[in-house]
Amino acid sequence: MRALAEFIIIQTLNGFVYGVFLFTMALGLSLIFGLMGLVNLAHGSFFLLGAYLGLSIWRLTGSFWVAFFMAPVASGLIGIILEKIWFTRFYQRSHTDHVLLTLGLSFVFADIAKFFWGVKIEALPKPSILDGSINIIGTQFPVYRIFVIFLGIALFLLTWLFIGRTKIGALIRAAVLDRDMVIGLGYNVRAVFTVMFGIGVFLAALGGILAAPITSIYIGLDLEILIIALIVVTVGGLGNIHSVFWASLLIGLSETFGKTLFPELAMFLNFIIMAFVLIIRSYGQPDVEEQLQ
Amino acid sequence: MKSSILAVFLALLLVLPLVGIKPYHLSIVTEILIFSILAMSLNLLVGYTGLTSLGHGAFFGVGAYAAALTVNHISHEIGVILVVSIIVTGVFGAVIGWLALKLAGFYFLMVTFAFTQIIFCAADRWRWLTGGSDGLVVSQAQFFGKLIFTSPAMIYYISLGVFLITWLTFRQIVYSPFGQALVGIRENPHRMCTIGYHVRRYKMAAFVLSALFAGLAGILYVQFNHFISPVHVHWTLSGSLLIMVILGGAGTLNGPVLGTAMYLYFQNLISSFTEYWMFVIGVLFIALITGARKGLLGLGSTAWERLAKGRSSP
Repeated sequence: MRALAEFIIIQTLNGFVYGVFLFTMALGLSLIFGLMGLVNLAHGSFFLLGAYLGLSIWRLTGSFWVAFFMAPVASGLIGIILEKIWFTRFYQRSHTDHVLLTLGLSFVFADIAKFFWGVKIEALPKPSILDGSINIIGTQFPVYRIFVIFLGIALFLLTWLFIGRTKIGALIRAAVLDRDMVIGLGYNVRAVFTVMFGIGVFLAALGGILAAPITSIYIGLDLEILIIALIVVTVGGLGNIHSVFWASLLIGLSETFGKTLFPELAMFLNFIIMAFVLIIRSYGQPDVEEQLQ
Repeated sequence: MKSSILAVFLALLLVLPLVGIKPYHLSIVTEILIFSILAMSLNLLVGYTGLTSLGHGAFFGVGAYAAALTVNHISHEIGVILVVSIIVTGVFGAVIGWLALKLAGFYFLMVTFAFTQIIFCAADRWRWLTGGSDGLVVSQAQFFGKLIFTSPAMIYYISLGVFLITWLTFRQIVYSPFGQALVGIRENPHRMCTIGYHVRRYKMAAFVLSALFAGLAGILYVQFNHFISPVHVHWTLSGSLLIMVILGGAGTLNGPVLGTAMYLYFQNLISSFTEYWMFVIGVLFIALITGARKGLLGLGSTAWERLAKGRSSP
């Protein structure tokens, strides 16, 4: 009985940790799509970029915290530059073009990462303050993971306040609903796009460096996290912070419980959840209207 | 003009193994033929129906694994392999199509994308069935008790035969009322719905049809390669397929074939002198989307028109 309780507590917490990583990815994906209509398959690359930049900064400075703060900011700046000089030209194009473009970018990035950081699996040690574990109802659990969970909750609240309570947030929400009207009112939607893209990349890179001490860093991680984050976005819907957050936790839990209970079926569990949500969502909708967005 | 180019091309393909081509080069051409079938089947979705699927490799994988398992466990007879594998692929295509076509645009992309990953995971994790990451060594298929995939030339001719059948089928389809209805759906689903077409049913038919031909390519591929592993069904295949279709020109009959040939040729060429060929391919995608939006055929026909115009004006 006690072992069961322990198992459930540990796996639930692990599920939350994974959910936080997914949240950092899915939020950017969802907002970028909701706002600019851009399908960004290179988003996983930004996750990995954060982790690799963090690794390099950690090697240079020897401090986890410097890496923790610098890597996402640097990645966010790279994201803003990319958006300014490049992505901005493709917003009006079709989804197919977006897919090819961002897929191309992720191929290019994977090889650049291979060139600079090699194919070896790299590890980033935890900061010493958070090394160790604490006792949760008789079970040992790593402090670092608790930190990740709290940071995730803080991120959720911060982005929620930012989008829900600030003027830029209101602009973003308005632009998701009706871009043309916002432009018509005289706002600079282009600047909003750039800010949003930067935030999205910042969050993904933050997720990357947060995940690095737990998952370690390797090429291929970008796709792994991207695919599950895409499932989260599909389950949670586009452009809604609340539903993205809860969907992240749900898929995080299903992923960890699935992997420990039935390792052969874990991926299917996520897929079944996604299929279920899609069926419910499309239930009773008129045929063509539903298919056109 | 155009038909004579095709005739010359066909004649070249027919005599290719007889003119002393190296087995290595012949196998590349065979691979191009097989992947052309795959690209043509995806083109029916992407080019004609306007559905961008990012999971077409899944059906290739399903067909390939179904054929591999059938030949290893049930029967060596090619007829049995074909029937079993095509039925399996059809069932997968119908289920996924039913689900994915409930939604369009972004969600359609995601569902197909997620599904190809599911197939990859199944291939990678279900060791008892698929051999896991070690893959499966596939026995040779037989035709009424006789081995048929015996030499590179035989494999080449069989692939060429299937390729030609596929090409003719797709030519029939895209010029038929059904194919024209698909184009109508691509251009304006609302209007097609108003005229009285059952849009969803047409999309479903296109989806299953393209899945079946992808499965066919998979069946052929395991006999060509005698080996199948999760690497072959990784989702990058689905991405590459999309590139092949767009590179050649989506929504044209021959575009995907040209795109496939170019893509595989470059892949072989580049990977022979650098391990960073993904980088080069990636840059190629980006350049393609930025520059030549109608694909190589589009570029070619634009150049042709300009040339023709230049000639006619004094």
